[in-house]
Amino acid sequence: MTNRDIVIVGGGPAGLAAATAAYDVGARDIVILEREENLGGILNQCIHNGFGLHTFKEELTGPEYAARFEQLVYDRGIEYRLGSTVINVSADKVVTYVSEKDGLQKIKAKAIVLTCGCRERPRGGINIAGARAAGIFSAGTAQKLVNIDGLMPGREVVILGSGDIGLIMARRMTFEGAKVKAVVELMPYSSGLNRNIVQCLNDFGIPLMFSHTVVDIKATNGRVSSVVIAQVDEKLQPIMSTAQEIACDTLLLSVGLLPENELAGYAGVQLSPVTNGAIVDDQMMTSVEGIFECGNVLHVHDLVDYVSEESTHAGKCAAAYVQNGMTATEYVPTCGTNGVRYVVPQKIRKDTNYEQISLRMRVANAFRNVELAVLLDGEKIVSRRRPIVTPGEMETVVLNSELVERVKHGSKLEVTLLGGTK
Amino acid sequence: MYDVLIVGAGVVGCSVARELSGWNLRIAVADKENDVAMGTSKANSGIVHAGFDAHTGTNKAIYNVLGARMFPELSKELDFPYRQNGAFVLCFDENERGKLVELMEQGIRNGVKGLSVLEGDQVRAMEPNVSDKVVAALYAETSGIVSPYEMTVAYAENAAVNGVEFLLNEEIIGIQRTKDGFEVKMTDKTLSARAVINCAGVYADSIYAMVSDKHIFKITARKGEYCLLDKKCGGLTDKTLFQLPSAMGKGVLVAPTTHGNIIVGPTALDIDDKDDVDTTFDGLNKAFNTAAVSVPSLARRNIITQFAGLRAHADEGDFIIGESDVDNFFNVAGIESPGLTSAPAIAVDVAKQVADKLHAERNKNFVSRRKGIPCFAKMSDSEREALIATNPLYGRIVCRCENVTEGEIVDSIRRPVGATDLDGVKRRTRAGMGRCQMGFCTPRVMEILCRELGKDMTEITKFGKGSHVVVGRTE
Amino acid sequence: MSKQFICINCPLGCHLEVDDSDLNDIKVSGNTCPRGKIYAISEVTAPKRMVTDSVPVDGGDVLRVSVKTAAPIPKEKIFDCIAVIRTVRAKAPVHIGDVLYTDVCGTGVDIVATRNAKAI
Repeated sequence: MTNRDIVIVGGGPAGLAAATAAYDVGARDIVILEREENLGGILNQCIHNGFGLHTFKEELTGPEYAARFEQLVYDRGIEYRLGSTVINVSADKVVTYVSEKDGLQKIKAKAIVLTCGCRERPRGGINIAGARAAGIFSAGTAQKLVNIDGLMPGREVVILGSGDIGLIMARRMTFEGAKVKAVVELMPYSSGLNRNIVQCLNDFGIPLMFSHTVVDIKATNGRVSSVVIAQVDEKLQPIMSTAQEIACDTLLLSVGLLPENELAGYAGVQLSPVTNGAIVDDQMMTSVEGIFECGNVLHVHDLVDYVSEESTHAGKCAAAYVQNGMTATEYVPTCGTNGVRYVVPQKIRKDTNYEQISLRMRVANAFRNVELAVLLDGEKIVSRRRPIVTPGEMETVVLNSELVERVKHGSKLEVTLLGGTK
Repeated sequence: MYDVLIVGAGVVGCSVARELSGWNLRIAVADKENDVAMGTSKANSGIVHAGFDAHTGTNKAIYNVLGARMFPELSKELDFPYRQNGAFVLCFDENERGKLVELMEQGIRNGVKGLSVLEGDQVRAMEPNVSDKVVAALYAETSGIVSPYEMTVAYAENAAVNGVEFLLNEEIIGIQRTKDGFEVKMTDKTLSARAVINCAGVYADSIYAMVSDKHIFKITARKGEYCLLDKKCGGLTDKTLFQLPSAMGKGVLVAPTTHGNIIVGPTALDIDDKDDVDTTFDGLNKAFNTAAVSVPSLARRNIITQFAGLRAHADEGDFIIGESDVDNFFNVAGIESPGLTSAPAIAVDVAKQVADKLHAERNKNFVSRRKGIPCFAKMSDSEREALIATNPLYGRIVCRCENVTEGEIVDSIRRPVGATDLDGVKRRTRAGMGRCQMGFCTPRVMEILCRELGKDMTEITKFGKGSHVVVGRTE
Repeated sequence: MSKQFICINCPLGCHLEVDDSDLNDIKVSGNTCPRGKIYAISEVTAPKRMVTDSVPVDGGDVLRVSVKTAAPIPKEKIFDCIAVIRTVRAKAPVHIGDVLYTDVCGTGVDIVATRNAKAI
């Protein structure tokens, strides 16, 4: 067993940002463990543009965005191990990983940052009946096949789910010569960006069908031959009389992302049933002292820029913990009410040393002309007008030093929606 | 000229092949699919039944009890996942308690040991998630769980090691009687065999009809739909939970699998199309809702996959086993539940009958033991370390949900009757069985299959035939 | 003639109605803010799009490298541009920003690599 100050589990955007930030505040004994053969994580297959407007003030593709952060890691000489899969993290911070080169290794860490990302919800998770044939992919799997391996998942495509990956894949498949027959969305709205609806669907005349779902998958000779879609009622139950069959050889699923928290679970980290990620304090520390979480493993983000921002903070905090140890004993809990589904972090240390704290949150429904308010023990301390809030877009409220000082003396922080129309 | 052709590479065909390979015979197993265990054997409850269900004196009762007794030893000999976890038959109605006692008495008559009737509170003391509405239950200590496809693969591998040839993607087109036996025409070849053993599952009636028009039995395909839950729900029940058949219909079970998931199902619906294993909206709802009667805390959001299987129901209701009216043509048909449990015992009997009929001698070189694929996920760290030291491919995790390594996948492909497609790898190694359901590992497993089999990515299938994963290359 | 667009500048997604019968005086309605008007006018006069794709790479540590148009190109040339990209093969080493094709479809815009590939 070797000893390290900081072990970062995952070399995607979150891990790279956390490692860089930890280094920049003085940590040196850092190692990044990455299971793939490249750093950069899922960004490598996200070859479309639209990344980095917040971070770099320019529009980059996924691989370019990743490369910028990889360069920061190379420049600092931070150690990283590729092809290295972490198979266990224990509560006493022993990280076990395996690789072809290193065999099985155990590292005793002073701090661990979990940046394992998220995975796509599979077909089984949404109970679509029908044939179990070839031609059914999660959108991200199809994206890897097309963009990394140069393989065509199919020629005639129906996409279920209008999240950004689904929309992006509609355009991608169109560019590759496939016919995308429809994007079908269960909800009456899309969780994807308007820009993607316009530039990935409308530009190519691909219909987007709201309040519809796939109710059956048919196959001939081992491959999907059609899907049956139907409208859903207000309770999201299919109305079978509206069923219509669409001939296709491929069904792509873009039906949600789930944080990958197996390792956190092994370590005994307390998880939130709402985010499916860890419950963290304002330094992104989980319920297990010295284990931190950030990025999509903590809660699913819609912009990588926010992942980098959050992870930069987590990296700094991990380094500070290694240097100074743990002090907090008391916390101010945060919560979302009246349409705010969750708030991360879930608690703020009463002795926090940070002068600025970002509260990130998602809403349960779309509202227009709404006030996003932060209440400290019932008293409104922040008010932000929003022309619109939607479940697909993460909202952030930054508490400045004056507000943080007040919060430290409070007992409950609540983020809520006031007024507004659905 | 073969001595024996076995039609069908399900658990019945493969177990018969393995037992028959204990004699000096030239044996082939033909199946229309790309792999073994492609029909009922891959899609059933995976239960080793104690043996109280079947009416005393029937083939079902006899072979069930004999078969169940073989599992503890057999699972070690052939190295497949099996565990004696015990089962409850739950009774929800005070007026139906008598039926539990009847079942127990029938079990005792059948020769089942370890049966008792327990009160509802005693049941919940053992399984706290069982419904409050349960008033009593029959407890069967000897009930077990098994991985049915891994058991079939184990039988097939061991049969192959003992000389049995597997002819996959070979559908039987016609069987002609000849003076020495039979001439069998298949998709790509025609061969002769002295004896034919019909283990063709739901198609056993059509195969039999190729040689006889006398006692034509009918096999009905009875569809059963299942849901599989995430391993994180594995603690919901340790015992298999059946429901007492009642006016509400035949119940569905809730059981752990040998790999720690929870399985619920099956429904039962007779269907005409013997290839129809599509799941249905209503069927899945029914399976889940009925299971939730036993365990109310079952949550839909934890379902990771659904599937359907067909049971081969013979119209007489009992197993049809033995030589038919046609000389040297043996039927092993109608092997529905408790068929999986009975298969080992049926195989021993049928192999003996066939060997006697052909005057075969014992195979002195018979290898009875088979070692399974080393399972990285279930090893201790020191075992893992040692394994990676001998083969670094065990240090490459391919399936991150189930921690399956490249070493295991390569092994599954190189073995006798090895995997040739994604589902074959999945059944043998569990790569893709986890909560992401092949999302991440599909491209990696495809690459490994290509490398090992010398194929192109565009040739890789999910389960043979037309099930190509991709349709070509991007331009 | 009246045309309709969804504004892409923010999540509001205003439904924009554009009357471009007089190109010197394009009328936009439905927008909440000035950005909507600017967007609508660009969409009716000269809509442009970035095109991203990937191309095979010879002798590299990866099979393919991703590429993009170095700047947005006229929307109507998207498929012509894609057709050109299909003909492009990169040779390792490839660096982000390397020009793999110049002046695609007479737009004056180059196709550049967006991923590095080491030579092996």
